[in-house]
Amino acid sequence: MSRNQELTEGIIRGDRENVIRLVREDLEAGRGPVPILNEGLSPGMEKLGDQFGRGEVFIPELMAASKAMNAAMEILRPLLEATGVEPLGKVVMGTVKGDMHDIGKNLVCMMLRGAGFDVIDLGVNTSAEQFIEALENSGARILGMSALLTTTMNRMGAIIETIRKASFGEEVGIMVGGAPLDEIFAANIGANGYAKEAPLAVERFKELHAALRP
Amino acid sequence: MANLLYEKWLDGEGVLVGDGAMGTMLQATGLEPGDAPERLNGENPDAVRSVHEAYLRAGSDVITTNTFGGNSLRLALHDAGDKVFEWNKAGAAAARQAADAQEREVIIAGSVGPTGSLLQPVGDLHFDEAKDDFAEQCAALAEGGVDVILIETMSDLEEVRAAIKGARAVCDLPVFCTMTFDTHGRTMMGTSPEEAVRAVAGFGVQAFGSNCGNGPNEMEEIAGKMFRAPSGFPLIIQANAGVPKMEGNQVVYEAGPERMADHARRCSDLGIRYIGGCCGTTPVHIQAMIEAMKGSGEQGSEES
Repeated sequence: MSRNQELTEGIIRGDRENVIRLVREDLEAGRGPVPILNEGLSPGMEKLGDQFGRGEVFIPELMAASKAMNAAMEILRPLLEATGVEPLGKVVMGTVKGDMHDIGKNLVCMMLRGAGFDVIDLGVNTSAEQFIEALENSGARILGMSALLTTTMNRMGAIIETIRKASFGEEVGIMVGGAPLDEIFAANIGANGYAKEAPLAVERFKELHAALRP
Repeated sequence: MANLLYEKWLDGEGVLVGDGAMGTMLQATGLEPGDAPERLNGENPDAVRSVHEAYLRAGSDVITTNTFGGNSLRLALHDAGDKVFEWNKAGAAAARQAADAQEREVIIAGSVGPTGSLLQPVGDLHFDEAKDDFAEQCAALAEGGVDVILIETMSDLEEVRAAIKGARAVCDLPVFCTMTFDTHGRTMMGTSPEEAVRAVAGFGVQAFGSNCGNGPNEMEEIAGKMFRAPSGFPLIIQANAGVPKMEGNQVVYEAGPERMADHARRCSDLGIRYIGGCCGTTPVHIQAMIEAMKGSGEQGSEES
């Protein structure tokens, strides 16, 4: 098995210890952080995301892989920054006001961090004002909102409306997610993106980020 | 106190009809969207009792207490972690009052939902903490007078095991359990219906089944799969009335009373012994389901 395959397999199996060891060894051998990430680690998350979409793996596998990925990123991030690779950007995340469900939101946060985003997680029960404050203070222009209940999902439209009224509101790319939502609902409430599953959400966030870049 | 309806049912007699949604009905009586529905057990038990009465009028044999999110981990998110005992006991008492006013015998299922946190090793919650939380809730439900503990909408077998252990630690009531197979026919943690049946048989439950998730079509497939594993206990199905869709500002569930009635008849024909509804299911649905199952039974006897 090639070095890259070992890294990829380590991520897919969620083998955190082994991934850390492989990354350290590669760095010591003089390999750069960019190929380790792009050729070794990221393909693992991509493959696992596909398997998740097909119903071959489930939340435990995705959580374990994300933990391994985040451990690797902790080692690589300072090195990537030193070589001039910019972080993917900042994302503000939260479950909407009145909703206390965060398993899905937490999974997306974890996967976004693994993908190289800087995530500001506001937790559960987040009001429009709290979202606006976090966007303002952090300078982030990407926002992810989650709701599990049909009742709280119904509040997402009003929250988006309030955010749009902020001075920078029109610049913000807003992603929505949660079990009862769908593409049509997301479009109707003025969101810029929606994804049914966490790995797809990471792709949508990347697209939003690319679209925001001047 | 022995519940004769339950005893006969456990011996193999008849099909129990459950109830439907609670939270959405309470919203009509002033519950704020997103607030803990269990709050009303303490602050407006009449509203809770009237929902139970509506299901009893529709013909439900089993009514489910308004205590789904009544464990301390969930209530703490509403700054009410210290209300577990009060609100669960009051929730059970509201159902007890409604049941005791009936001339026929009714079973009260004490609803125990998930903690909302992932257990170790996937998440951070320790097994013993979850077990203790469930024990605290079940003790209050038992004191309030429920007939069975209904552990519902579970995704993780470890959490099921914690809930059953918690219940067993504080009462000797029968324990029912349902899991939600909403992700490619498995729970979000990846457990299939067959695996779940085999596992809970080892945990020791009096009945097991599936609730919530998608709609009646998916549920009938799940029912078929559960029968493939040897269980030795009665099976439960409580489906959502389809998938919620937005129509303007209104959430509408796609399966009407006729579709749920058809679904109930099919489940009954399959041999499911406890059939109810979940999200989007109203007393009107339950009434239609009962009518359809009666028809099914009569048809069966004519054919034989």
